Amino acid sequence: MAKIVVDPITRIEGHLRIEAEITDGRITDAWSSSTMFRGIEKILKGRDPRDAWFWTQRFCGVCTTVHSIASIRAVEDALRIKIPPNAQLIRNIIIGIQNVQDHVIHFYHLHALDWVDVTSALKADPAKTQALAASLSDWPNNSATYFQSVQDKLKAFVASGRLGPFANAYWGHPAYKLPPEANLMATAHYLEALEWQKDVIRIHAILGSKNPHPQTFLVGGMSIPIDPDSQNALNADKLMEIKRLLKKAQDFVEKVYIPDLLAVASFYKDWAAIGGGVGNFLSYGEFPDAAGNQWLPQGAILGKDISKVLPVDQKKVAEYVDHSWFEYKNGPEKGLHPWDGESEASYSGPKPPYEYLDTDKKYSWVKAPRYDEKAMEVGPLARVLVAYASGHKEAKAAVDMVLNKLGVGPEALFSTLGRTGARGIDCLLVARQTPKWLDELIANIAKGDYRIHANEKWDPSEWPAEASGYGWHEAPRGALGHWIKIKDQKILNYQAVVPSTWNASPRDAKGQRGPYEAALIGTPVADPAKPLEILRTVHSFDPCLACAVHVVDATGNEVIKVTVS
Amino acid sequence: MNNQDDGAENSLLEHNCAMREYSVGEILRERGVSRRDFLKFCSAMTAAMALPVTFAPKVAQALDEVKRPPLVWLEFQDCAGDTEALLRSANPTVGEIVLDILSVDYHETIMAAAGHQAEAALEKTITDYRGKYLCVVEGSIPMRDGGVYGCVGGKSHLYRARQVCGGALATIAVGTCASFGGIPAAVPNPTGAVGVKEAVPGATVINLPGCPVNADNLTATVVHYLVFGKIPALDGHGRPLFAYGKRIHDNCERRPHFDAGQYVEQWGDDGHRKGFCLYRMGCKGPATFHNCPTQRYNDKTSWPVGSGHGCAGCSEPAFWDTMGPLYKRLPNVPGFGIEHTADKIGIGLAAGAAAAFAVHGALNAIRRDKEPSDENREG
Repeated sequence: MAKIVVDPITRIEGHLRIEAEITDGRITDAWSSSTMFRGIEKILKGRDPRDAWFWTQRFCGVCTTVHSIASIRAVEDALRIKIPPNAQLIRNIIIGIQNVQDHVIHFYHLHALDWVDVTSALKADPAKTQALAASLSDWPNNSATYFQSVQDKLKAFVASGRLGPFANAYWGHPAYKLPPEANLMATAHYLEALEWQKDVIRIHAILGSKNPHPQTFLVGGMSIPIDPDSQNALNADKLMEIKRLLKKAQDFVEKVYIPDLLAVASFYKDWAAIGGGVGNFLSYGEFPDAAGNQWLPQGAILGKDISKVLPVDQKKVAEYVDHSWFEYKNGPEKGLHPWDGESEASYSGPKPPYEYLDTDKKYSWVKAPRYDEKAMEVGPLARVLVAYASGHKEAKAAVDMVLNKLGVGPEALFSTLGRTGARGIDCLLVARQTPKWLDELIANIAKGDYRIHANEKWDPSEWPAEASGYGWHEAPRGALGHWIKIKDQKILNYQAVVPSTWNASPRDAKGQRGPYEAALIGTPVADPAKPLEILRTVHSFDPCLACAVHVVDATGNEVIKVTVS
Repeated sequence: MNNQDDGAENSLLEHNCAMREYSVGEILRERGVSRRDFLKFCSAMTAAMALPVTFAPKVAQALDEVKRPPLVWLEFQDCAGDTEALLRSANPTVGEIVLDILSVDYHETIMAAAGHQAEAALEKTITDYRGKYLCVVEGSIPMRDGGVYGCVGGKSHLYRARQVCGGALATIAVGTCASFGGIPAAVPNPTGAVGVKEAVPGATVINLPGCPVNADNLTATVVHYLVFGKIPALDGHGRPLFAYGKRIHDNCERRPHFDAGQYVEQWGDDGHRKGFCLYRMGCKGPATFHNCPTQRYNDKTSWPVGSGHGCAGCSEPAFWDTMGPLYKRLPNVPGFGIEHTADKIGIGLAAGAAAAFAVHGALNAIRRDKEPSDENREG
């Protein structure tokens, strides 16, 4: 048995560290640790609840809209504010394009290099690459000249001898299985996606000033005014630009992302049996219509049993700190519901610089959220499974299409590959649906409805002395909840239980592992000095924090130092 | 490189051999970037740096001559928002910045390597190019309790900052957290968060605050260095004058409405739809120095006031505590609509900046650009 550490885990948001024990080439135990703490929940106390979205937005600059959405929903829930239909639709469009853009970036720029060996692309035949691409999609850029030009660029880059962000990676690792042509195709699309993402996300700038960190959210609605007769408001010109960009988003997902995903997955079907994880899934549901009905359903699935979708009760959410660097006033044994949550930091880990964390005790800045005392996986897989098991028509069709193309059954979904595939399915569903909300918005404006904000409770003097509420959102990375207590027009307590808190969670009071930890068990590691396989499974969750992994000897005495040439 | 032999290719990749230096112009041409596009980029950069148009050919010439300098990007107490801003940059694009203009040797969010291999890449660059590499820092640095609130690879952010920024030619602090401590430093600052200049007092630091940084300002700063071989002139808060020399309020497209006393009174009202001044809804533009109204975001698509929301003051030090609440009218500007009163704030800020600038300038050991000077400063 050997223990390895990967720190930092790169190509994620934030600071994440993985320590893992390896026996006979497989991971037998794992610990997930977040190594950075800011204390924003504590900073929020005493501030204006209407400002909370602006503060909590800074939890994350990658999924940059999600905390704003959860926050305004929490305050609106507490103050019983109903927002106008236009605001609901604008939010759906913002959420929709965030989801689509984020998933594509994840696939190409954060996850692909775990499966795609860029150096192998140098050996590809551009004509054969074109033939491969043509067999998958009619995307117009997929010409032999195009692939040739990408390969030439790559060769010139390598010839410069300075590989920049591509230096020192696990290139040539035996776990890379794609032929050179597939590697060249994916590398070309890596570059193309880089251009595409900056264009399509301009929808956030049109509706909300900029991305990252759009500045357009308001408790009670949105700040972007609507007036077809004004150049300072959402008018026909801007709506058509959004329409064009949504089409561009959908085209890329249908003709590039999904074909690439299926092509890559077909070479890695063994990963449909690796990385299963805790087997419990939670989705809060998303995309409410004017009446509040959700387009993607809410639900919980336990023990991989997709014959039953359980209703979700917010009272069953609690956070534990037995293995997290926090102290609760009344001791760690009892989990706290977020309304009563505490964020009192109490670091007891090793003094930096350190080699290992004391994983028997407290070892992470992430708390351990549990639903009905169970560890839950959240994210696209949970969202797609809940929709699929609930009989959601579009979800069912998309899942069946992917399973059929790969020739696997639904059980393949409970895996590293399933998680990565479900993200593509989720992206496809949302890319196709978002233009419909734009059409509804346009129809509403055509009827003369320009309302974007419910003003009645904007003035804090209209609020009750005390109020509490919660706001849920299905972020790209999964179930996100903000809980707020308001007293005398100020924030009394604020707690956010975010997707990566669920997924990156350390152990709880009962010693139950979090989803990353559970999913890593059984993962093969061909070369402990180059733990590419750890990256595959951890990245399949799309972590939103930064971390690291290294390896220790069976006896715990000897650290295998990773030598770098 | 024409050699298709596997072995040769792999050894080339693994050993980073052939350290031939290329100029940015040469590299761009090899990448298939046309001369026309290159000159277009130079013009855009010239505008971003607030230089006269006649400078464009000089920018082009200088970029043609400089080599692809190594850059390392460190993330501390951050949200990756500034990294995402970099990914959205349009002119040049992130692909051009990362692959053609610079050699980005370390950046956790985008680099292929992980763990020990990632850390080794960082060590190699800061050793091989000591005193010659550029460093970008994103996120604040927690000082309390021996730095336990932020570690990468088992090493504290403070240790890394002192090691890497200390040996850099210059450090660019992107975003308000790296510049001034930002949101983690808001009261009660639970982790003792500070900006780079405070954590590493000896380092040469250029602050590019904003939440997030405007990627065009980052590119313009780098290009300024590549073209002139020195860092741009800074104000008292360490911010380049070309981007932070004027107040939002002075360049705001809604300024005529302020002067005319036409204000938004309620979200969605007639004035809001017509693009009236957002001062009464809490806009902090009159007290904020930043080029948002002219530079804008996401390929110049928009900026906060453009989407009907007031400025939050995000490029000012400690704005989280001093500018809030978000929807409260600026304190000490009781006579809204009275230009003189709003200007007084600007005069006060600029005077303070000028004094600090003098001290900073005298202490600074490295060469400094004295242009553009007074005509681009407010006061």
